[in-house]
Amino acid sequence: MNTHFFSDTSVMLGRSLRHVTRSMDTIITVTIMPIAFMLLFVYVFGGAIQTGTDNYVNYLMPGILLIAIASGISYTAFRLFNDLQSGIFERYHSMPIARSSVLWGHVLTSLVSNAISVVVIVLVALLMGFRSSAGVLAWLAVAGILVLFTLALTWIAVIAGLSAKSTDGAVAFSYPIIFLPFISSAFVPTASMPGPVRAFAENQPVTSIVNTIRALLEQQPVGGEIWIALAWCVGILLIAYALAMVAYRRKIA
Amino acid sequence: MEDVQEKNVAIQVHGLQKSYKQLQVLKGVNFDVASGSIFALLGSNGAGKTTIVRILTTLLKPDDGTTRVNGFDVLSQPERVRESISLTGQFAAVDEILTGRENLTMIAKLRHVKSAGKVADDLLERFGLTDAAGRRVSTYSGGMRRRLDIAMSLIGNSRIIFLDEPTTGLDPEARIEVWQVIQNLADSGTTVFLTTQYLDEAEKLADRIAILHDGTIIVSGTLEDLRKLLPPAKVEYVERQPTLEEIFLAIVGSDKKEQR
Repeated sequence: MNTHFFSDTSVMLGRSLRHVTRSMDTIITVTIMPIAFMLLFVYVFGGAIQTGTDNYVNYLMPGILLIAIASGISYTAFRLFNDLQSGIFERYHSMPIARSSVLWGHVLTSLVSNAISVVVIVLVALLMGFRSSAGVLAWLAVAGILVLFTLALTWIAVIAGLSAKSTDGAVAFSYPIIFLPFISSAFVPTASMPGPVRAFAENQPVTSIVNTIRALLEQQPVGGEIWIALAWCVGILLIAYALAMVAYRRKIA
Repeated sequence: MEDVQEKNVAIQVHGLQKSYKQLQVLKGVNFDVASGSIFALLGSNGAGKTTIVRILTTLLKPDDGTTRVNGFDVLSQPERVRESISLTGQFAAVDEILTGRENLTMIAKLRHVKSAGKVADDLLERFGLTDAAGRRVSTYSGGMRRRLDIAMSLIGNSRIIFLDEPTTGLDPEARIEVWQVIQNLADSGTTVFLTTQYLDEAEKLADRIAILHDGTIIVSGTLEDLRKLLPPAKVEYVERQPTLEEIFLAIVGSDKKEQR
C-alpha cells in the first residue's frame, strides 16, 4: 500500500464532501422520501396495522433508516460515474497517488452523508413520538450495524458507478434495494403475510437487521438475530467489495 | 555514448502493440521523443492516438513491445512513470463543483507540494484566472476550463507533459493562448507530448512530428522531413481542417461586409 494512502484519501474525502455540502438537494431528497413514508405509515396506514406495540413510530423507524441509506448510496454511484465521465478519474490515476484513495474517498463520503441523513430522520422521528430508553452501548451497536449496512450497500453502488453506461443506469440499481424493506418486517409483522411472501420476507437481510435494531432500541434480547444480521452485512460487504475490485480493474489497467 | 543517448530520450516506444478484443489498434508502433522537445502525434479520429497516450500514462497496459517513459518501463515501474509525468486528457478533467482555486489546491495536495495555496495563486495569476478563482468551474467558459486543466497539469513540475488534443473545441484566441503555454513549457526544459488533428498546430509547435495511421507510424521526422515525405493523399486529408476554417472565415467575413 502506498505510503500516502491516508493523506490522499483525506484530500479525496474533502473534495467529495464539498460535493455533498454544495448540493444540499442530495441530502434533502435522500431524507424527504423516507420521512414522507414515515408520515404516511404513521398517520395514514398506521391505525390499521396491528404490530402488537403501542408506539408504531418505534416499530417503523429502523426500516425507514434502511430505506434512507438505500436511497442515499445511489448518489455514490452517481458521483463516481460523473468522475469517470469527466476524465478526472483518469487524471487521478495518471498521478503518483495511492490509487485506492480514489474509491475510498467516495466510500467515506457515503458514510458521512448517510450518517447525516440518519440523524435528521431520527430527529424527525423524535418529533413524531419515537422514544427509546436504550443505553449508550445499545445505540453504539445500532450505529455499528448501520455503518456495516451502509458500507455493504456503498460497495454495491461502487460496482454500479464503475460499470454503468449512463447516469440513469448508475442510479437505477438502488430501486430494488429501496423496495426490499417493504417485503420485510419493517412495516408490518411478517406473520400477517401469505406463505411464500412470508418465507421470502423472513429470509432476506432487511428483516434480521430491522429486528435487531428494533430489539436493541426497545432493550429486548437480540437473540440469534443479530448474528444473522451481521452475517448478511459482512457477507454482502465482502462480495460487493470483491466485485467492485473486478469492475475497477476492468476500468484501469 | 549509449548512456548519453538514454538520458536524452524522454520517451521510447518500440514494437508497441495493443488490441481491443478482435480489433488491433496498434500494430507495432516505434518512436522516440527527445528530452525537452515538443513531439506531435498526428492521426485521424480513431487512429489510436489516445490509446498511445493512455499506455504512456499507465492508464492502459500494452499487449507487447517496450515502452519507457523518463527511462522507466510502463509495465514494471508504473509508479516511477507517474512521478515523471502529467496528463491533460482529451476533455478538460476538472471538478465542476469546486472553484478554480480549489481544483488547483486539491491537485497540489495530492502531489504533496509544499504551500499548496501559494502554488495555486501563482498558477491562477499565470493563466489569467485570478478573477475567476473563487467561482465554481461550472460557470467557466471552454477556454477557461482548458487553461485551468493545463494549469493543474503543471503542478509538481513534471518532466514530461502529455496533452491529448489540447485545443480541440477551443476558439482561435484560446488556441493561441494554449500554444503559448506549450511553447513556454518546452522553453523551460519540459518535454511535451502532443496529439492533434490540426496540421497548423503541429507545424507551429512541434520539433518532431509523427503520423499514426492504420496502427503504425507511417512517417516521422521534422516538419522539413515531412514536407518531402508526405504522400499527396495524406496532405489532402490533413489540410481539410484549415480549408474549412477558410470557408468559415470567408463566410463570417462576408457577413460583416454585408452588415456594413
